[in-house]
Amino acid sequence: MTIASPSGTSYDVIGTNAPRTDALAKVQGQAQFAGDLRFHNMAYGRVLRSPYAHARIASIDTSAAEALPGVIAVMTGRNLPSGDPFYGHALKDRPVLAMERVRFVGEPVAAVAAETPAIADAALDLIEVEYAELPAATTIDQALAPGAPLLHNAPALRAGLFHGLGEIRLDEGNVCYHHAFARGDADDVFANADIVVEGEYVFPAVFQYSMEPHTTIASWEGGEDLTVWSSCQHPFLVRAELADLFALPVGAVRVVVPYLGGGFGAKSYTKMEPITSSLARLARRPVRIANSVDESMVTTRRHGMKAWLRTAATKEGKLLAREVRAWFDTGAFADNGPRVVATGADAAPGPYRWEAVKVDAWGVYTNTSPAGSYRAFGATHLQWCGELQIDEIGRRCGLDALQMRERNLLQYGESVRPGGKPLDADLIGDIQRVARSLDWDAPKPDGVAGRGMSVGLLAAGAHPVSTASLRMEADGSLTLLVSSTEVGQGARTVFAQIVAEELGVSPERVRVPGGDTRLTPYDRSTGASRSTTLAGMAVLRAAQDIRQQLLEIGGRFFDLPEFALEIKDGAIWHEGEQASYPSLIKFHFGMVGGELMGNGTVRPEKGSGSYAEGPVFWEVCIGGVELAVDPDTGVVTLNKVVSVADVGKALNPRQVVTQEMGGATQGIGNALFEEMIYDETGTLQNATLYEYHVPTIADMPQAFSSNIVENEDGPGPYGAKGVGEGALAGVAAAVATALADAGIHINELPATPERIWWAMQDQNAQTAGSTDDAGVSQEGGVDR
Amino acid sequence: MSPETMTLLRTVINGRHVDLEIESRELLIDLLRERLELTGTKRSCDSQVCGACTVLLDGQPVSSCCTLAYEADGKTVQTIEGLAQDGVLDPIQAAFVEHAAIQCGFCTPGFVLTTKAMLAENPRPTRDEIKSYLGGNLCRCTGYWNILDAAEDAARRLADDAGVGS
Repeated sequence: MTIASPSGTSYDVIGTNAPRTDALAKVQGQAQFAGDLRFHNMAYGRVLRSPYAHARIASIDTSAAEALPGVIAVMTGRNLPSGDPFYGHALKDRPVLAMERVRFVGEPVAAVAAETPAIADAALDLIEVEYAELPAATTIDQALAPGAPLLHNAPALRAGLFHGLGEIRLDEGNVCYHHAFARGDADDVFANADIVVEGEYVFPAVFQYSMEPHTTIASWEGGEDLTVWSSCQHPFLVRAELADLFALPVGAVRVVVPYLGGGFGAKSYTKMEPITSSLARLARRPVRIANSVDESMVTTRRHGMKAWLRTAATKEGKLLAREVRAWFDTGAFADNGPRVVATGADAAPGPYRWEAVKVDAWGVYTNTSPAGSYRAFGATHLQWCGELQIDEIGRRCGLDALQMRERNLLQYGESVRPGGKPLDADLIGDIQRVARSLDWDAPKPDGVAGRGMSVGLLAAGAHPVSTASLRMEADGSLTLLVSSTEVGQGARTVFAQIVAEELGVSPERVRVPGGDTRLTPYDRSTGASRSTTLAGMAVLRAAQDIRQQLLEIGGRFFDLPEFALEIKDGAIWHEGEQASYPSLIKFHFGMVGGELMGNGTVRPEKGSGSYAEGPVFWEVCIGGVELAVDPDTGVVTLNKVVSVADVGKALNPRQVVTQEMGGATQGIGNALFEEMIYDETGTLQNATLYEYHVPTIADMPQAFSSNIVENEDGPGPYGAKGVGEGALAGVAAAVATALADAGIHINELPATPERIWWAMQDQNAQTAGSTDDAGVSQEGGVDR
Repeated sequence: MSPETMTLLRTVINGRHVDLEIESRELLIDLLRERLELTGTKRSCDSQVCGACTVLLDGQPVSSCCTLAYEADGKTVQTIEGLAQDGVLDPIQAAFVEHAAIQCGFCTPGFVLTTKAMLAENPRPTRDEIKSYLGGNLCRCTGYWNILDAAEDAARRLADDAGVGS
């Protein structure tokens, strides 16, 4: 690990590797996740799911299930206890349970609440559903073909509460969102360019696999007050959607978030909460629904994508123009598809200086399970495609990958997109660090087949709205109320460090409980690498509020102006004299008791803070890879993986590195192993972790190097900006560019041994001058 | 649940004798999590791939999601709740904390217990041996680096404690 030199401002707690506040609870099995909670009278919910990708529900007979002893309630699309049964934060396209038809294999059709999980399972077997199969569109091509079966009546779809992407006007068809932009005259530039590289690319559907499957418990009081304990990343957005669904005031819905066993986007927005809440209302009992892993696989996933890209350059290697068309498979319901499409489109040009850019991206409904967020969405989809083309241009004009990027990358302060935030990172410096970590200028050691690098940008931060409250008790102990979800990233630890720094105490003095929408103040969401930057800034301001109150009390206590006072070591000081926090609070209230309450708010500094005006910051997506390939089997060995975290200020460097290691490992999984495979009926073929391979300890690269860059240039506390997603996109793309450097041109991920083997046969055939084109590599492109 | 499917289970869980009626088909994970509320044992893949539900049966690591509760009859079961003694962490737990081998924490109990079984079998494993032994536990957060470091360090600490010569 290397740390670039910060400004020299010294801190006591910030920048230290403070231990996680939750480590002791987690290592002893005491940390409670949603599935660990028990409530009096709690019933167990199970969900019956569709075996068909597209079918009309002809009839449902639940009488036998209802008659089974121990069954409390049976719910179908015909007895849902909400007036308007449709939800969806982007588009209200999804009923709580399937109504007249099912649209994907695994869609919830009925739900049972019973005294035990076993009884609930037995009851599912007793529900008789008659289906009349309909023609299905299970791929992007099928869904876009003329006369394709329509998933929805698109023009009639309503916007959800958090569409946030402008007015919705959908045409008839299976497109749920279209995002397009163009700058300059791309057609003209391409017509006159020395070099044009073009290719078609396929990215697979991927399962996030947060190890804790989605788990929700819902409980009603008096029919009008709903409490939900759920493994959700965005409690306030879930609360709003539930209130909307049941036509309740927002304050009547309470969402409590325990520890999450990973999220990675799988638990962003609303997932199992509507079904569980509805079933609990019907059962008049608290109900828990705990997904199995195969159920979580059909609850959400990453979008599969196909794309066409072309890139133009001069023969000297100056980039000129890029044109992109990308289609994202959002499955049967939009979920977060529109945002993924917009972010992907934004990431598609890459952080280069273009004369012309033309991008079109579409979200496409198909009869497969819904796709939503997954770490570094959009960038992961398209960065590898664009970066392959940069390197191909370099090969044609005699420049290596580093030279191409040094010549063409945007510099600090340059415009990334019109009207948006200018570039706030030193990309050229960052990519040079990758080169150094890979010994770029040295000849490749024996056995190394390829070296690759990649650079991209991700619009990070989502909406800049966060609040935090801090209570200082009479004994000086602190409780921080903040609604960022602890998904494993270490948010609670960093928040405790911020409070500790501002008030001169140790982080152990600061308790940071989980989010509870009735008690902890509003935070927009936990995603888009926003917690340290935005919620952290709200925490900083809440701590500064308390600090100011203490100084004011201290001023009265010492009868001195505030500037004569100093705050350190848990006390207010004047020269050698000190007053401890408890003594100041006692002085203030005239008794032992009372508390100080500090508040901090972050909201847009200008305009609406909308996506179009943002982002809050640009998260760099940078990776480097050195790899070897077994020529007989196509199996890849990763000799070295490099990431760069351009974080402004590392509030807890070790936690930054652990985010990088985790993100990079998921990047390796996305690039080499992971792919949800559907058969022609739209049924997932690898619905267990036997068949769906996530990286294991055996798949670790031989070396990993994380570079932390601290230019104190972020909008967060102490100049911080977020981290956690970029390494995934950066490393996945660097695997692809390293393979191409080895002469293995892959245009479909994951780069499995089989695909690599075929690409090597093609490479050998070309070397031998053969015209046999089995396994054609399309990235070869058009040369002019 | 008919009476003829019920069986008496006699086992020792975390040092305590437990006698109770179980259903013959009851899984060990359900006995632990649902009936005894030992929820430190985590449920994820349900198919013996991820290792989150690992417990020690007579010291051997098993996936409790694919083990019948009855298989614990006459044996000892150790779960994560039984590891720290009188509030003092087991050296393996301490190593996991110190090496930041914990993020979301969902895989942590399984990794800690598998490491315990490994070190009982092989007190001085090489890094490759550790990778091989921990190959049945998944972690989606850490990339495994710090887990590997923690396991190595735990081996060192235990070897030092036991006076295993170098």
